[in-house]
Amino acid sequence: MAEPAVRASGLVKWFGEADTKTYAVRGVSFEAYFGEMLYIEGPSGSGKTTLLSMISGILRPNAGSVIVEDKDIWSLGPDQLADFRLNKVGFVFQDYHLFPRLTTLENVAIPLILKKLGWDEAMDKAMEYLEAVGLKDRAQLPPVKLSGGEQQRVAIARAIAGRPDILIFDEPTASLDGDTGRRIVDFVKKNILNEKRFILIVTHDNRIFEYADRIMRMEDGTIMGVEKTGK
Amino acid sequence: MKGILKIAFKLLVNDKGKFAALLVGITFAVFLMNMMTSMFAGILSKSSATVINVGAKVWVMDPAVNTVQSSIPMPDYILDAVRSINGVRYAVPLYSGGSLVKLANGTYQSATILGLDDASLLGRPQLIQGNIADIYSENAFIVVKDSEFPKLGNPKLGTEFELNDHRGVIVGIAKVTTSGLFGVPTLYTTYSRAIQYIPSTRYTISYILVEPKSASAVAYIKRQVKALGYEALTKDEFMKKIAHFYMFQTGLGTNVFLMTIISFIVGLSISGQTFYTFILENLERFGALKAIGARGRQLIYMILFQAGFTAMIGYGLGIGLSSFVIAMAKLRISSYAAIVTYKNLAFAFLMVLVIAGISSYIGIRKVIRIEPFDIFRG
Ligand SMILES: Nc1ncnc2c1ncn2[C@@H]1O[C@H](COP(=O)(O)OP(=O)(O)O)[C@@H](O)[C@H]1O
Ligand SMILES: [Mg+2]
Repeated sequence: MAEPAVRASGLVKWFGEADTKTYAVRGVSFEAYFGEMLYIEGPSGSGKTTLLSMISGILRPNAGSVIVEDKDIWSLGPDQLADFRLNKVGFVFQDYHLFPRLTTLENVAIPLILKKLGWDEAMDKAMEYLEAVGLKDRAQLPPVKLSGGEQQRVAIARAIAGRPDILIFDEPTASLDGDTGRRIVDFVKKNILNEKRFILIVTHDNRIFEYADRIMRMEDGTIMGVEKTGK
Repeated sequence: MKGILKIAFKLLVNDKGKFAALLVGITFAVFLMNMMTSMFAGILSKSSATVINVGAKVWVMDPAVNTVQSSIPMPDYILDAVRSINGVRYAVPLYSGGSLVKLANGTYQSATILGLDDASLLGRPQLIQGNIADIYSENAFIVVKDSEFPKLGNPKLGTEFELNDHRGVIVGIAKVTTSGLFGVPTLYTTYSRAIQYIPSTRYTISYILVEPKSASAVAYIKRQVKALGYEALTKDEFMKKIAHFYMFQTGLGTNVFLMTIISFIVGLSISGQTFYTFILENLERFGALKAIGARGRQLIYMILFQAGFTAMIGYGLGIGLSSFVIAMAKLRISSYAAIVTYKNLAFAFLMVLVIAGISSYIGIRKVIRIEPFDIFRG
């Protein structure tokens, strides 16, 4: 197999000190490959979001490393780490975290603006991504005027606007009805996944399991097993 | 960088309620500070009105004099002594005092009487009606057409009045640069007529006006006058002394100072508090920006821009509003003592920068410390 997109080893994260110290992730290692749709599945509180955050450069682990392109991202300085998040990772947050005071289009353009594209250029590009998720006609509306499924697609458009190699979804279907959830994951698999990309999806929604290439089961901060599915 | 500021701008301005509250806070603070300092500047300028209008370069007076009105009469020999000082081109007496004027309709009005040296008329005002030479004619007075002019019943050339049972007649109408603080009209006459008409103490010279031979002679003149037990001050020094008196030896300065501080604090707390709430409510947005890949410095620029932008708009509104109110007040009350000086504007600007600085500092501290993870865990 090719070089892994991400190699996580020995990731540990705890919260609190002394009496209140609780382990959220207790030594997780895995490799993920480009062109792959990897799921992490497990009950609530098992440490999935914590693990995602460490892989995407958002939460510093207490131990372990995350190697991307031969470099441990957690050895980078704060600015390089910010650049890593901007250029390599697209994160679709569980609650989308869209900006209510900006238009849908401006929301999608944020990574492009952070990449210092001119305003008009950023808007033009953002429009292409909105079109890709089928929401061109919603461009000038504030996100709150959109349905849950549409907001999810806006969040996806924003995540892919920075052309990241690594796309991370935290419970993408949690607040959608079954059909919409399936349609969105189907869309992601068919249109957004490619040979140069790796997609990591955290979920406990078994209705979308059929799209996974591999499913890692997580419980109480550890990976209990990996299951190959589908093809 | 421009794009990120545009985002910052939209986050700020599209939050109309918060933005309005922020503007109200800063506008209010600037308005109050500018009103206070302008009022004070106006009072200070008016309190030196006679010094400005008479225009003599050097004033000799009793060292205990604090304001023009509170002159302490000096004996005649001082005038001779000053005249004999090397470096004095000429020196003349000035009478400055107050008196009750009985108008034609029988009412009394107090007035400031300035008596100019008979020979030189040094410090004479600029006439808009009449002839200055008429000041030597019988019972002649020149009235100043300032904001207090109507209190004398809008006199014309030839209008008569009584002053301590002496007849007075208006022979000239003058205009002066600055009108006085105390709301009384001003009449000019000759020195000799002034001391003849107005009952006075043994000494009659209120001030000695000195024209030095050269600017470099002033220091020597000052020393010689000091040796006589009196004080010689240049026009600017005298004005400073008066300003100093009002600022530090009357309740006026302290009160204006306190009010200015209070308006600053009120403005700071309203704007600081609102800005802090704005930052707190947008913490999730800043967290999201951080997670997406904004560098710390970019977030700082955003906050500085938001605070700075609000401060500048608030400053503009506050200055505009206070200048408007002052202009309106001056239309209605012509003696309203307030002038907007560049110093006031600069002071208010500086204070607004401090408000913006403190507000952004609080916001920046908060934003730099947020962990996006805490926001996204849900
Ligand atoms: N900031 C935190 N402070 C304290 N405990 C935390 C914090 N974040 C997560 N945890 C704990 O870590 C564990 C894993 O949380 P999380 O990664 O959110 O789980 P999941 O996403 O699988 O539901 C939970 O027990 C949670 O209470
Ligand atoms: Mg979670």
